Amino acid sequence: MTISTGNASPRPVGLGSFLRPGGRVRSLGGQVVSILVTLFGLLVLTFVIGRMMPADPVRAIVGEDATQDTYRMVYERLGLDRPIWEQFFRYLGDVVTGNFGVAIRTGQPVISDILHVMPATIELATFAIVIGAGLGIPLGVIAAVNRDKWADNVIRVFSLLGHSMPIFWTGMIGLIIFYASLGWVGGSGRMSSFYIGLVRGPTGFLLIDSLIAGDWNVFWSALNHLILPASLLGYSSSAYITRMTRSFMLDQLNQEYVTTARVKGLSRHDTIWKHAFVNIRVQLVTIVALSYGGLLEGAVLIETVFAWPGFGQYLTNNLLIGDMNAVMTCVLIVGVIFIGLNVLSDVLYRVFDPRTR
Amino acid sequence: MTDIVNAPKPASRRRSAIAPLLNVLRFLLRSPTSAFGLAVIALLVLLAIFAPLLATHDPNVQNLNNVLQPPGGNHLFGTDELGRDIFSRLLHGTRITLNIIFLVTITVGPIGLAVGTIAGYLGGIFDTILMRITDIFLSFPGLILALAFVAALGPSLNNAIIAIALTSWPPIARLARAETLTFRSSDYIAAARLQGASPFRIIMHSIVPMCLPSVMIRLTLNMATVILTAAGLGFLGLGAQPPMPEWGAMIATGRRYMLDSWWLVTFPGVSILLVSLAFNLLGDGLRDALDPKQMNRR
Repeated sequence: MTISTGNASPRPVGLGSFLRPGGRVRSLGGQVVSILVTLFGLLVLTFVIGRMMPADPVRAIVGEDATQDTYRMVYERLGLDRPIWEQFFRYLGDVVTGNFGVAIRTGQPVISDILHVMPATIELATFAIVIGAGLGIPLGVIAAVNRDKWADNVIRVFSLLGHSMPIFWTGMIGLIIFYASLGWVGGSGRMSSFYIGLVRGPTGFLLIDSLIAGDWNVFWSALNHLILPASLLGYSSSAYITRMTRSFMLDQLNQEYVTTARVKGLSRHDTIWKHAFVNIRVQLVTIVALSYGGLLEGAVLIETVFAWPGFGQYLTNNLLIGDMNAVMTCVLIVGVIFIGLNVLSDVLYRVFDPRTR
Repeated sequence: MTDIVNAPKPASRRRSAIAPLLNVLRFLLRSPTSAFGLAVIALLVLLAIFAPLLATHDPNVQNLNNVLQPPGGNHLFGTDELGRDIFSRLLHGTRITLNIIFLVTITVGPIGLAVGTIAGYLGGIFDTILMRITDIFLSFPGLILALAFVAALGPSLNNAIIAIALTSWPPIARLARAETLTFRSSDYIAAARLQGASPFRIIMHSIVPMCLPSVMIRLTLNMATVILTAAGLGFLGLGAQPPMPEWGAMIATGRRYMLDSWWLVTFPGVSILLVSLAFNLLGDGLRDALDPKQMNRR
């Protein structure tokens, strides 16, 4: 094992570095340009995917037995008779002005649909990331401290198991065991059907809304339904958090200041938690922020299994009926969330890491 | 092209590519977890090769008098809602899984290598443009982008494979670029350039072979993700279509019966879990066998 000295670039080289080719911290102006270019690229990508489909967007709207005239009308209204570059600029203009079109399935504007389903997913993902980080960070530290001992190996297998499970399958097994057999948790949905519609809160976050309304039955029902999917999502995201925590922690433990701390008589516990761990906090924030975005991926699958009325289910429902406009808007939003999280972790870095000032 | 500098290169290059791989293999077998991963993968390959011999029933023959039979007796893992033998379907599913991994890997490797080495070697505007495109692809979680591609192309196994390939080349490109940057200014590249070799020739003959070992390891690491994404697409009904015995699709159809007939979803799920765990354990061992800092890249 080589002792890493200098540690010139302590930043995690993951998705987080993607706005910074070369790994150096860029000027603010350069970063804004970089974000804009990435956003533009995102639009080009969603536009290209949306147009290259063999599926007919007009048929999806007018149905199979529409007359030729209706077909032509919709065709022209969608602007499909215009040159491709004109279509792109029209799309660009629509996106900039916040016009994402109307979803075929609900008849509502796509963006208001998404705003409506988003709280359910955010509630799920937030619970999941708390569980994932709460599990992953301590495990990562323990693994690093006990490097190559049995604890390290057990933690490795445990976290890789979480990373290897097909989450839709684990969701089903969880339902079979904890819902059908043991009856410990609620089944699918955000709450028991008995309570649906009782609380219509200002935020859309069921736990918060039911607290505001003071309705404890709804609160417990919601919590009961949330705990299983959130735990499974959290477990699956803890693998990456554990691995990165272990790796950051090993970097620190190999440095001379740790030896110095031990030599001057500081306890093992204090050396680990008050010296080494303090130095990796900033890096961990980045990792947790990125994992939070990654949860959207698991959410698509877990929401299908648990009939969770969130963003993931909205995306798959529209996929299955071939509403490309709604699908591409969802994809675009995921991309924007990802870029936003990257920028956020970058900002956190600037604020918390004195070396970047 | 037969001067002293170049003459011994091919032999030494080949040796330099194989010797570390043997070392890595020795290292892997010493760790119980990666040895387990290797064993499972070897078993998977053997099962796929001998699937028709080992299968007790035809995977697609329905028997409506014999539906939803629990495991045991004539049917090792029971039967599904159409009376098909689950054990035999799982066995034939190994071929689909390996097929997906193989096709994705042979597509992703060359694309990633080409983008990465060209960006890294030529630099300048090529580097900026190619890496910008890579970054845009990286700004989506893999499954979401794959969903978008399958939605556009239409649901089928082949389209799922294309979609997965289209979404998994960017990490390879980043790795190949980083490797290329470390070789770009070395003396042997300068020597080749002075002899008048074209950029294409330098990339193909001097840079790509040097990137191959690390790219191949990164591809192995990628395989667990490929399996899970393919199974996820199959589960959502966007990948392999029935009656194909793809594991994710088997779980999707078994879902309706899961509360009464647990074996419909349990066995395909355990298969996916085992194989993806095996690739993850192997990848983890590979990462440790090489410089850990270098391989932390996602």
